[in-house]
Amino acid sequence: MKPVGEAELHTHVDGGLSEGAKAEMEAWLRAHPEDAERLRAYAEQNALLRSLYDPVLDEPVPAALLAVRPRVWRRYAVAAAIFALGIGLGWLIRGQFVTSQTVPVSLARQAATAHAVYAPEVRHPVEVTASEEGHLVGWLSKRLGTTLKAPKLAPLGYELVGGRLLSGPQGPVAHFMYQDPRGQRLTLYVSRQRGEPRDTAFRFSQEDRVSVFYWVDGNFGYALSGEMRKDQLLQVAEVVYKQLNP
Amino acid sequence: MDRHLIIEHIPRLRRYARALVGDRYIADDLVQDTLERAWNKFYLWRPGSDLRAWLFTIMHNVFVNQARRRRYEIEQAMDELPAVAVRATQGEQLELQDVDRVLRTLSVEQREVVLLVAVEQLTYEQVSRALDIPIGTVMSRLSRARERMRHLLGGQAVMPLKVVK
Repeated sequence: MKPVGEAELHTHVDGGLSEGAKAEMEAWLRAHPEDAERLRAYAEQNALLRSLYDPVLDEPVPAALLAVRPRVWRRYAVAAAIFALGIGLGWLIRGQFVTSQTVPVSLARQAATAHAVYAPEVRHPVEVTASEEGHLVGWLSKRLGTTLKAPKLAPLGYELVGGRLLSGPQGPVAHFMYQDPRGQRLTLYVSRQRGEPRDTAFRFSQEDRVSVFYWVDGNFGYALSGEMRKDQLLQVAEVVYKQLNP
Repeated sequence: MDRHLIIEHIPRLRRYARALVGDRYIADDLVQDTLERAWNKFYLWRPGSDLRAWLFTIMHNVFVNQARRRRYEIEQAMDELPAVAVRATQGEQLELQDVDRVLRTLSVEQREVVLLVAVEQLTYEQVSRALDIPIGTVMSRLSRARERMRHLLGGQAVMPLKVVK
């Protein structure tokens, strides 16, 4: 009997031997019980490892992983942000001559861009997490020069994830992120508005896949963004609006 | 570019990552980094070639780079585990937790090979390409890993290793 090598033994366990080689191997194993025992143990390891990890295949894939897109797309997002900045500045200059009623349009676009950039993040969705909510709200309030509130959306199923400070065309921006148990994320974008304090109505804008409800209240612009249908987002936007304007 | 080509492989990438690093969240982070890298390099993938093996290659590279940058604490903790037998008796049904614990005592190099072969059922050829190591190295790592696991699970003496050509 031709001696079989270590590699052939493993190939046999992993089902890679040809029919002829298999017959020879079986003859070898009958004559060498210690090898046969060893291969039985290896085959058992294979089966145990599969039963240990195969269940992962049946788990629902986290939404954040499905949301991963080519970074080229992110470059577009950055380009869009710069473009929006340009438009924002343009409107500012224009505002010298014409009433700046259109400024909120760029508010919606900036908010949608910020949402598109940060919502898919798995590891760093926020700078300060909700566990330090007091610190987060205090810090962002100080930077925006007002008293901010992070709306409580838990009754609607959205828990605060945390927030971050962003740079907008009109200075600092407070960005709060919320998430429901399915991983669906919403962001609230709050920025100081230049010019005379004023109030606008509730408006809606569809920016690519991101829906945005936005409004201006005094010196501040608010925009709530999410990748969801208008009517679903409206429910949340109304709650946010009521909490911020009691 | 067809997103679905990559998306349909996500469950298997998650399975492998989970088995490799153990922790669910670290594993999904690894999958996310792998997907980002894959998207950016998708133009390098030749249509018709094995996309799954290509994705495992990317995951391996991401994992190795991350491990080099900031050694996974989990790795260190596991590498320090003493190599004692998990069970002294044989013949009973092996507990899945025991298998998992023993898997964590393998070196990362051995664990990658054993998982790609046993769980992902790649051929030795594919493993050699995915990990960019010679096939002889695949075989020697596989052989060592399996013997170590057998020893720890069955409480038997590790056989002297034969040289694999």
